[in-house]
Amino acid sequence: MVKVDYYIILSAILFITGALGVLVRRNPLIIFMSVELMLNAANLAFVAFANMHNNLDGQIFVFFVMTVAAAEVAVGLALIVQIFKAKHSINVDDINSLKG
Amino acid sequence: MPQPLDFATLQPVIVLSVWTCVLLLLDVFLIKRKSITAVLTAFGLALTLGLTFMQVGASNDGFSGMVVQDGFSTFINALQLVGGLLGVAVAHAYIKRTGSERGEYYTLLLFSVIGMMLMAQSNDLIMVFIALELLSIPLYVLAAFTRNTESEEAGIKYFLLGAFSTGFVVYGIALVYGATASTNLHEIVAFASSSSPSLLLTIGAALILVGFAFKVAVVPFHMWTPDVYQGAPTAVTAFMSSGAKVAGFAALLRVFSVAFPNISMDMAPVLAAISALTMIVGNIVAVSQTNIKRMLAYSSIAHAGYILMAFVPYGDAQVSADAIASGLFYLVAYMLTNFGAWAVVIALETKSGSGLELSDYSGLAKKYPAIAAAMTIFMLSLIGFPPTLGMVGKFYLFRAALQGGYTTLALIGVITSLVSAFYYLRVIVNMYMREGDPTPARDLWLDLTWSITAIATVVVSLAPQFLFVLASTAVMLK
Repeated sequence: MVKVDYYIILSAILFITGALGVLVRRNPLIIFMSVELMLNAANLAFVAFANMHNNLDGQIFVFFVMTVAAAEVAVGLALIVQIFKAKHSINVDDINSLKG
Repeated sequence: MPQPLDFATLQPVIVLSVWTCVLLLLDVFLIKRKSITAVLTAFGLALTLGLTFMQVGASNDGFSGMVVQDGFSTFINALQLVGGLLGVAVAHAYIKRTGSERGEYYTLLLFSVIGMMLMAQSNDLIMVFIALELLSIPLYVLAAFTRNTESEEAGIKYFLLGAFSTGFVVYGIALVYGATASTNLHEIVAFASSSSPSLLLTIGAALILVGFAFKVAVVPFHMWTPDVYQGAPTAVTAFMSSGAKVAGFAALLRVFSVAFPNISMDMAPVLAAISALTMIVGNIVAVSQTNIKRMLAYSSIAHAGYILMAFVPYGDAQVSADAIASGLFYLVAYMLTNFGAWAVVIALETKSGSGLELSDYSGLAKKYPAIAAAMTIFMLSLIGFPPTLGMVGKFYLFRAALQGGYTTLALIGVITSLVSAFYYLRVIVNMYMREGDPTPARDLWLDLTWSITAIATVVVSLAPQFLFVLASTAVMLK
């Protein structure tokens, strides 16, 4: 039986990797993958905690997170496709017509 | 099994959800008559507003404690529904003018309003999360609705930053769940008060705060706001700058004052620092803006700082009731004033998307004295100048900060208000003292929006006690 601490440490590492990925990467698709990594880090923590506390709330939450993440993907990819059609590039440095 | 009482708790939300789904189907058959969709949307919102008023005084929880209905939720729901109605009124002519009149606009707006209402009613972190997403995802789509480069750019920026903030909220909830073995707000506080303070809970609460800070756009999580507010269709900006902010603050208040009163000693300095930073940065950067949408975006950041001021002493039982009541009062004031100001911006925006520079307001007073007068009222209210609702709201806020012992914060509030006078007055100077030839679009619903909000801004400020008493009764959280 692996101790719950290790799961939480792993999930923290994944979460931080995801957050850093959002901040340093320039491709919206990769940024989006990093966001998914953050959400799944939370899922891992939920499942580990649910096992530790011996109740199901955490596991149920995971289903909601996965469902909502799917809804976000639907909207996000549609937006990215639209941007690509207009600019033929999806680098966030090129998405810069708004500033001031 | 759900009981009838459970459904009564959520009655307005359920009715509006059903109405929205019906409208989504009905809209398919109203190909050339999107005005009918708009009217039906307004009807649904008005109906729900009526049902919300019928809930006044009731206080229940439902669905095994997942949702509550109390004075607070009724107050916020009524405010959000009024916001939705104003959102439909300003959008109707605007989306026709910009050639993006599609029925989905109204259904997306309704779904977002439903999310905002659930946000105030949720009593469990699962519900907070779902409501947050239900409110946000339609707004991402709405921000990109006109499908030109700027609008799409606003959409993708809002989406990426919004998804990023969701990550923080979810991870924060996971840590809170780990620390307390529950996601129910009441069980969290029961656990937290019976055990020793845990670091996990504090970190979790801090991450949730970061997530909400993105949603309500406070410094240092405000970077997306100017771009998104400028690029999004103006009618959408009007709607989301008030509605999403009210919803974010409502959830922040509910979660923190119900679930995390034990860690208020750790949170209060953080909230105070964020609030001070937001007021300073928002107001100072707004000075250098020449585009009115960007200027109002920074102004909305600054106002988030003022509103946050009311939440700083949330754990201090003696002053928190008054402070939160003044926060709610200011949310009403901000909603009315902000919608009015955006309605005028929408009127002056041309079909091609120009007319958004401050210089485009020159000479407005000579040609259209009524619109100029209304805009003057909104600008004065945003500064906090009498006799407007903004002035009364700021008075209550500063009083609450002083009572809570945050003299420096109140002082920063007063000084930044003085700074803000500079850029708000510039609009008034342009309208009254410069020559120009603006041609605002006239539309019955748009005219009604800015005239009603302008009148309300002045009239309510003459007898603010009524609204403050209403806000005070709404503070009692179940």
